[in-house]
Amino acid sequence: MTLHRYLILAAMVVLSSVGDVCLSRGMRNIGALSVGDFRRLIPAVFSPWVGVGVLLLLGFFAAYSIALSWADLTYVLPASSIAYVLVAVLGWLILHEHITPTRWAGILLISCGVGIVAGGPIATRRHHPAEEPHS
Amino acid sequence: MSSQTAYTWGSIALMVTCSTVGDVLISKSMKHVGDIGELRKRAGLGTVIRRVAGTSTFWIGLFFMMITFYTLLFALSHADVSLVVPATTSLTFVTNAVAARFFLHENVDGRRWAATVFVFVGVALLAS
Repeated sequence: MTLHRYLILAAMVVLSSVGDVCLSRGMRNIGALSVGDFRRLIPAVFSPWVGVGVLLLLGFFAAYSIALSWADLTYVLPASSIAYVLVAVLGWLILHEHITPTRWAGILLISCGVGIVAGGPIATRRHHPAEEPHS
Repeated sequence: MSSQTAYTWGSIALMVTCSTVGDVLISKSMKHVGDIGELRKRAGLGTVIRRVAGTSTFWIGLFFMMITFYTLLFALSHADVSLVVPATTSLTFVTNAVAARFFLHENVDGRRWAATVFVFVGVALLAS
């Protein structure tokens, strides 16, 4: 793993976490929606908080696509798991959401689980017949 | 179950399904394109964009990601971001592990399967 690749994964974590918090803040201003309210969902994208959230998530999507070009899906998702903790901390600090000790334990357990995976190889070694030694 | 809880968990289930399909398709298309960093150095950004845009699985994957995004907006109007986002992403991690094994032929070894147990328990605690 090069520094450049670590930076791509870090960008994924930061952009998705901050983007989700911006979306949450924007959707709170709009209020609760029911299944029949889809027409209100489209202008919501153009409200300031939701708009910033969308831009950040587009940045996340670009970083995510780049990461998937050199790493397994089952590596990229766990490797960016620290976003769970970041989202919870941002929700607690910025949105004043109440996070119970049980929820904190859940977040930590998820991070431990995905951390185990992140310690493995980044991509599956593909079998290329051309690389086999000639007998 | 209250209608609020039903909306929240129904949205999470829809997001997990669409996100898994989208993730698998986008991963497949990006593997087809190859290492973007190397390709950009070798052939330039224009070639990277043309190659990615020319992959049909990328656009179908993006369509499923858009459904996931609109469902996320809907879910966030009902529930806390600290419940919706971790629950969805971690459940997606588990479904992706299964899908990646069968559809992308990734080497999902014991280490990765063991981690799914941690994730399941973590999600149960998170949702309690």
